[in-house]
Amino acid sequence: MLSTVCDTEVMVIRPGTGVIGCGGVPMVEQRDGARGALEPAFAGGSVMGKRYTDAAACIELLCVKPGAGTLSLDGVALVLKDVKPLPSSD
Amino acid sequence: MDLSLLLGMAASADPDRVGLTCEGRDWTYAELWAAATGAAAFVEQARCAHVVLLDTGSEAAPIALFSAALAGVPYCPLNYRLADADLGALIARVAPALIIGDVARAERLDPIGGHVFLTREAFVAAAAARADPAREGGTGEGIAVQLFTSGTTAAPKAAILRHTNLVSYILGTVEFGAADPAEAALVCVPPYHVAGIAALLSSVYAMRRIVLLPTFDPAGWVDVCVDQRVTNAFVVPTMLSRIVEHLGRCAPVPDFGALRAIAYGGGRMPVELITRALDLFPVTGFTNAYGLTETSSTIALLGPEDHRLAQRSDDPAVRVRLASVGKPLPTVELEIRDEQGRVLPAGEVGEIYVRGDQVSGEYRERSALTADGWFPTRDAGYLDGEGYLFLAGRADDVIVRGGENISPGEIEDVLRTHPAIADVAAVGIPSAEWGETVGVAVVLRGDAPPADDELRKLVRDRLRSSRVPERIARVAGLPYNEMGKLLRREVRTLLI
Repeated sequence: MLSTVCDTEVMVIRPGTGVIGCGGVPMVEQRDGARGALEPAFAGGSVMGKRYTDAAACIELLCVKPGAGTLSLDGVALVLKDVKPLPSSD
Repeated sequence: MDLSLLLGMAASADPDRVGLTCEGRDWTYAELWAAATGAAAFVEQARCAHVVLLDTGSEAAPIALFSAALAGVPYCPLNYRLADADLGALIARVAPALIIGDVARAERLDPIGGHVFLTREAFVAAAAARADPAREGGTGEGIAVQLFTSGTTAAPKAAILRHTNLVSYILGTVEFGAADPAEAALVCVPPYHVAGIAALLSSVYAMRRIVLLPTFDPAGWVDVCVDQRVTNAFVVPTMLSRIVEHLGRCAPVPDFGALRAIAYGGGRMPVELITRALDLFPVTGFTNAYGLTETSSTIALLGPEDHRLAQRSDDPAVRVRLASVGKPLPTVELEIRDEQGRVLPAGEVGEIYVRGDQVSGEYRERSALTADGWFPTRDAGYLDGEGYLFLAGRADDVIVRGGENISPGEIEDVLRTHPAIADVAAVGIPSAEWGETVGVAVVLRGDAPPADDELRKLVRDRLRSSRVPERIARVAGLPYNEMGKLLRREVRTLLI
């Protein structure tokens, strides 16, 4: 999914219900060219390769292109998924 | 999402970072991505059912893997060490294919399969000529990789791994870009082994530079480790054994100061060997990885801390963990079940079942998954009270003597403690009285060969009388395949 207000792109790792937003604006499957304005409350940015989830861990997104907007579900900012590092096994 | 995304992310995060070193040439992530997109255009044009690699490890392996993903065609690396008849049969099974590598041999073995043949050099050149770095990733549906199982018990099966399986494995075990720029992973497992595929994917996603060693020999491995300041390496136990043996002849032992981690898997690790390796590499973290082709590689691991704790401990229950393959990954469910499918408590040997997004359990012909998604691995094992998994051989290798299940490993471990025994394999042999009874093939060393009765007494004293071998064959060597897997069906023929 693509942000309409910044460069952020995410892959949905675990789908759920609700509206996925970035920068305070719903994300879209395809951009139509016009870039909207970022809401100041959702300007924390997204980080490449990080996984994001909601407090109830219903959905999970992987950031595949970073941007200036904060990811959200139904208007609530998503949080970084807590990942326990594993020793490399390959 | 498909596998090509893993490389695409690395190329977009740091295009100029070196992602691969092979035979003196460095490839940046941007160069690898460009080559993969170019090769993908070639694959699409070839209209083939599979992208086949018949070659030792080289830049062609990751380029073929990621280009096949982009083009939505299964990637199928083949074992170039197979005999002509066996290899020819596999090539016919993947027709029509784009075959990269040893084209003379492939064409001779299957001239009528409608294949497109390309040497490694021609493939890499074709990829460069058609590069289209702006290309979007694939859709992520379908089969990413098809691997033929080694066929130690029967004809090779075509195991399939979907993009969802492999991507789940990588996302579940590797943090994107976690490697610092100094890290380098030495990959010496052949491209047709699941560990060879996993090594490419994990390192690319972690952004850890891959150093390819196309053919393994211990001296070459040590040289590359030192020259390239390798930080991570994966080996199968046979390789580690040869490295340890080689280092025993090196004076002084080379400086492995950069080597932070050695992971091993793909076969049974003798406790004596890992103990020696821990002493030889005192500051290196060892990880035992247990997995199967059908599970997208690792499903359980014993980490560096567990290794060192076990090495230093006086508590037998902790020490014995050096023989364990550790705990299941957090993203995988694992159970031990009996023949009726009942879940067994800790300490009891049964068949290992696993479930998770990375577990495919699927072959070309059929899926081996149960109705509720569990994969019966056909590996036997048990969990201890703390949840550590111990393997007890293939379920098919368990010797059933008069209704009693006997793991060949317990007999082999006891016999291996005898100083005159260099190698040993225990197998079930037909018995009129018991249905099956124990036979062992032993490889002796030294000039004082023990009598059969001495070996039988050793087993009787340590185990139970049902474990005592009825037949003992003295052989010059045991049959192993090229990855160090014991071929038990061939051992059986030595005893019957």
